[in-house]
Amino acid sequence: MGADQLLQYLLSGVTTGSIYAIVGIGFNIVYSATGIINFAQGEFLMLGGMIAISLAPVLPLPLAIAAAVLATGLVGVLVQLVFISWLKNPAVLRMIVITIGLSILIREASLHVWDEKVRALPFFSGDETSSIAVLGARISPQILWILGISAVLVAGLTLFLRYTLLGRAMRACASNTTAARLCGIRTSSLVTFSFFLAAAMGALAGCAVSPMTQTQYDMGTSLAVKGFTCAVLGGLGSSTAAVAAGLLVGVLEAASISILPLAYKDVVSLGILLAILFFRPEGLFARRAAGVPGRAG
Amino acid sequence: MRPTLARYIPFVVLVGLVVAAQTALSALKLEFYLTQLTMAAYYTLVALGLCLLMGYAGQVSLGHAGFFAIGGYTSAVLTTVNLAATGAAAGAGAAAGGVAGAAGAGALIGLLSRLGILVTGTDAYGGQTLTVLPWAAFAAALLVTAVVAVLVGIPVLRLRGHYLAMATLAFGVIVARVAVGTRIFGEADGISDVPAFRLFAGLAISGKKALRVQNYYIAWAMVAAGFLLLINLIGSRAGRALRAIHGNEAAASAMGVDVPRHKLAAFLLSALYAAVGGACLVHFNGGIGPGEASVMKSVRYVALVAVGGMGSAGGTLAVSTLLTFLSLRGAFGQLDDAVFGAILVAIMLFAPDGVFAPVGGWILRLLRGRRGARGAAR
Repeated sequence: MGADQLLQYLLSGVTTGSIYAIVGIGFNIVYSATGIINFAQGEFLMLGGMIAISLAPVLPLPLAIAAAVLATGLVGVLVQLVFISWLKNPAVLRMIVITIGLSILIREASLHVWDEKVRALPFFSGDETSSIAVLGARISPQILWILGISAVLVAGLTLFLRYTLLGRAMRACASNTTAARLCGIRTSSLVTFSFFLAAAMGALAGCAVSPMTQTQYDMGTSLAVKGFTCAVLGGLGSSTAAVAAGLLVGVLEAASISILPLAYKDVVSLGILLAILFFRPEGLFARRAAGVPGRAG
Repeated sequence: MRPTLARYIPFVVLVGLVVAAQTALSALKLEFYLTQLTMAAYYTLVALGLCLLMGYAGQVSLGHAGFFAIGGYTSAVLTTVNLAATGAAAGAGAAAGGVAGAAGAGALIGLLSRLGILVTGTDAYGGQTLTVLPWAAFAAALLVTAVVAVLVGIPVLRLRGHYLAMATLAFGVIVARVAVGTRIFGEADGISDVPAFRLFAGLAISGKKALRVQNYYIAWAMVAAGFLLLINLIGSRAGRALRAIHGNEAAASAMGVDVPRHKLAAFLLSALYAAVGGACLVHFNGGIGPGEASVMKSVRYVALVAVGGMGSAGGTLAVSTLLTFLSLRGAFGQLDDAVFGAILVAIMLFAPDGVFAPVGGWILRLLRGRRGARGAAR
């Protein structure tokens, strides 16, 4: 394998990986606010992509994407208010089943609105044939868009959580809900806001990948499982640690394509998930243990 | 729990209903319903197994369609792959140089045929075929499933909550992807032309119209047997141990219950229920497709158990039969998956103990209320 080919694999791995990372961050935002794993997280990417595709013919592309992000965020709010907000201390199994049910409902609703055709947004700049030479490898400008958007999202989220009042309130709520409430933070609105944030971020990622990987009503499940892989690999609940994990999963997956048939791509990343869960469920970077009895948590 | 005969009442009701349904449908000349009822029986077997795991042992599995598919695909591959052709191909390979490999394959086929588990036949073009006997394929399907269940179960069952759910979901997705991506499993087309499974005394699992009534009874006999095994198990020492694990793992462990072993046993048994369902259904349907391994199928089984009331074998049986039958009849049309999603959400929001629990609680309150009134009168 030549150096330029290696670089090609690396870049495509980093691209898909950054998308997985954003799904993983979505899991983390909701998880640290509520302790719930929202199995419908992958559906937010699909929804964002689909809404933007429908709006693209009538609106300029940036406006269409902004509208899609906002609309998907509102769907997230709706999901939280209607289905989750009024359950007091629900059992984990119950929440798993409810969010899975919701993911099916969102998927089926999308199937009826947009049918089962594979669609795509137009490329943000240039078209499918345009390419840029980077160190000898030819890549689509869309890859740069995806990487740029992911980077901005991650940086923005980090700054938001660290320096804004709302972000700090969210972190307080995540680390100790009771104490946060005693400090006068309205934790219930923060939970609703965390769903908005997770859904909106997912929607933006869904728009960014749409020109490259296309959007279909049933793309959510495998994205959700891979996003969860990244979230766990980075340590569940630590919001941006999923980035490194996402890049790792993406590159391994891209590398696997050169060895194994394309159909086995998912098998590789899911194998990684199983391996992490078995050997290091607290994540590669974090020290917090969860999920396995006998190890605190 | 006192060993009473009362726990066999649902079993007797089941047998009565199975016979009554067949009699009524045959008398009304509606025998075509029996086909879907037979298929529903095999899916119900999966739901019963999952009920043991989720309802009694308290371990969620979002990958049970995977076990169904492993059972089904193993049976289907072994009973359809023509070993004569494979042997010939290996022979051709030998000419090219792989003498040892071809000799090995030949020896294996020879050994299998000496064991009497190969069957010869003719294909559509009049060529000779050599396939594995359905009995042997069935045994192999259960063996493969058991091995996979133990290999997956040992690490996975150490996990709890979200982690367990995601790990089992990942297992299910892996099985589905392998089924779609592997040539021997027919890729997206699946496997067809699976032969009938001759049992004994002229009984055979087959989709032939003439054998419809017979197959209905074979399928429901299996469900009845599975149900009986389940209620006996639940009432036994092992069943109590499982319920103790569900209630509080640490407490169960402190009382001397070997928690990992019991969880693994429940996982293995529930996987075998799914594999039996899958292996039998491929002979009845004459084929299997990758859709059987899909995540949506796994979620469906979870829905059936949830609606039946986690931890109610009878409830799961009733709900699974009804909903699967309606779904197979196409009663929900294009909304099939949506109906299952909506049912899941609604049940978990409003009646997390299943549809029968509120009704049961209502009857109980009625009885208690009456008794209370009597006490007040005194």
